[in-house]
Amino acid sequence: MKISKEEVEKLAHLARLEFSAQEIEDMQNDMDKILGFVDKISELDLEGVEPLIYMSDERNVLRKDEVEQVISKDEALKNAPDKDTDYFRVPKVLKREED
Amino acid sequence: MANTTVSPDIRAKYEPVIGIEIHVQLNSLSKAYSSDATEYGASPNTQISPITLGHPGTLPMFNEAVLESAVKLGIAVQATIREHNEFARKNYFYADLPKGYQITQDLTPICNGGFIEIKDAEGKPKKINLTRIHMEEDSGKSSHDIDPFHTLIDLNRAGVPLLEIVSEPEFRTGDEAYQYLTEMRRLVRYLEISDGNMEEGSLRCDVNISVRPVGQEKFGTKVEVKNLNSFRNVQKAIDYEINRQIALIEDGGTVVQQTFTFDAARGKTQLLRDKEDAHDYRYFNEPDLQPVEVVEEYVNSVKAGLPPLPKELFEKYRKLGLSEYDAALLTDSKEIALYYEAIIAHTNNYKAAANWMMGSIKSYLNEKAAHIKDFPLKAEQIAELIQLVDDSKVSNTAANGDLFKALLENPEKSAAELAEQMNLIQESNTDELQAWVNEALAKYPDKVEEYKAGKKGLTGLFMGEVMKLSRGKADPKLASKLVQETLEK
Repeated sequence: MKISKEEVEKLAHLARLEFSAQEIEDMQNDMDKILGFVDKISELDLEGVEPLIYMSDERNVLRKDEVEQVISKDEALKNAPDKDTDYFRVPKVLKREED
Repeated sequence: MANTTVSPDIRAKYEPVIGIEIHVQLNSLSKAYSSDATEYGASPNTQISPITLGHPGTLPMFNEAVLESAVKLGIAVQATIREHNEFARKNYFYADLPKGYQITQDLTPICNGGFIEIKDAEGKPKKINLTRIHMEEDSGKSSHDIDPFHTLIDLNRAGVPLLEIVSEPEFRTGDEAYQYLTEMRRLVRYLEISDGNMEEGSLRCDVNISVRPVGQEKFGTKVEVKNLNSFRNVQKAIDYEINRQIALIEDGGTVVQQTFTFDAARGKTQLLRDKEDAHDYRYFNEPDLQPVEVVEEYVNSVKAGLPPLPKELFEKYRKLGLSEYDAALLTDSKEIALYYEAIIAHTNNYKAAANWMMGSIKSYLNEKAAHIKDFPLKAEQIAELIQLVDDSKVSNTAANGDLFKALLENPEKSAAELAEQMNLIQESNTDELQAWVNEALAKYPDKVEEYKAGKKGLTGLFMGEVMKLSRGKADPKLASKLVQETLEK
């Protein structure tokens, strides 16, 4: 099966990514390979086999409602590409036009 | 924009269909899937963790307090509580959602069904059925007006637990929505799962509104109103929108699926987005969180620990003989209701206890701008005051006046002891009273004659004299009886 240019464009839009024409083509090829690989599974007879979602059978892995502050603000901001002393900085999310 | 005045005749041709989604922020100490704090108003990005920041390789861990809160609410609204719960990822891209997905429950909401009872326009009880309640997490906060060139992101709120409560589209008026929200807020406060504070965003709601001609089965096109910041504004937005849509259709127009915000200053809805974005959340199971099984024993243990609920208390107070008005006021806040409960544990005079609660105690709290939890007197002391009045030892006026004041200043003393000290104990010794009555009557022989000639209104004068002679200590009921008896002799 061949993934279409439109499908790549739609996914790119949802993830807010921009691709050049060449990149879209590369993406199509890469995704084809990935989907082709995954498709191998459908060659098997999986009648009655539940999909495996969780890596263990554990249930009710709950945590007590206790506060533990493991990192500081400075540590939190350290890896951000853009920040000021308190906040993460991102491009202006355009405010809507009011009437 | 269409003319929005609609005559009652035209209004009656349409049936509004309204549904509400509420997000209740839970008051757990730590977040839903990580252990960072959730305190409101903390300095930006100080309540964060690698999990909240969505760093690669981090694994969420589910907070048991969130489960308990959801089960509490589910029990309180009589919902069906799901046994097998899973989490799902709702994927979308936004700067205040660092993981790129929100952890929610898609196909397995913890609660289905249940209802909240309100009153319809005729005052009859009406059930608003709930579709579902599910557990999820809040996003961070974007600020657009601090920095002129950037949007600033504070992730303190990211991961704070939420319950999303979705109602069936069963509201017909803004007032019904107002009642529902008030009741829901009261419920989460009684359950102590949220402070239900709209100003701080711990209770938020979105409303879907459409109208259809009466008798038509198919729903009309709905619009959504978002970012409503008070219950009154929800009510106003709904009433405005109903009229707008009817007027539009009557004018030959069509309602378009749009998202509005409510402009409280102008009292009208305002367009936010013209067309719903084509959402594609690509839900799938959250593989990092194990499913949660909610067994019956667990639900029962939560049920056993539930506080009395407002509806139960209301019904109890009605049975005790209180008016609907008194019962509603007493159950309005849990703390007031609990204090009332404590008083009536020590007295059977329920009406007097209600009067104290809504009268002297409330005035004191209002005057001091204080909360009932700071009220200096124990419920037993109020019960004692009630007893003193019931035993005719202290007049009701004195109990609510000087004695109450003195007791507030000396909360360690007993009411009887203080009444004694302040000389407020009423004289109910008949001999003593009779002496005062005789003295009072002897003072006005001519008035006694007038009384005997039929001027019955003079009893007040004699009573006044008795009270004066006794310096206010005469038990008025007994004294008045003696005055009449003596006069009729």
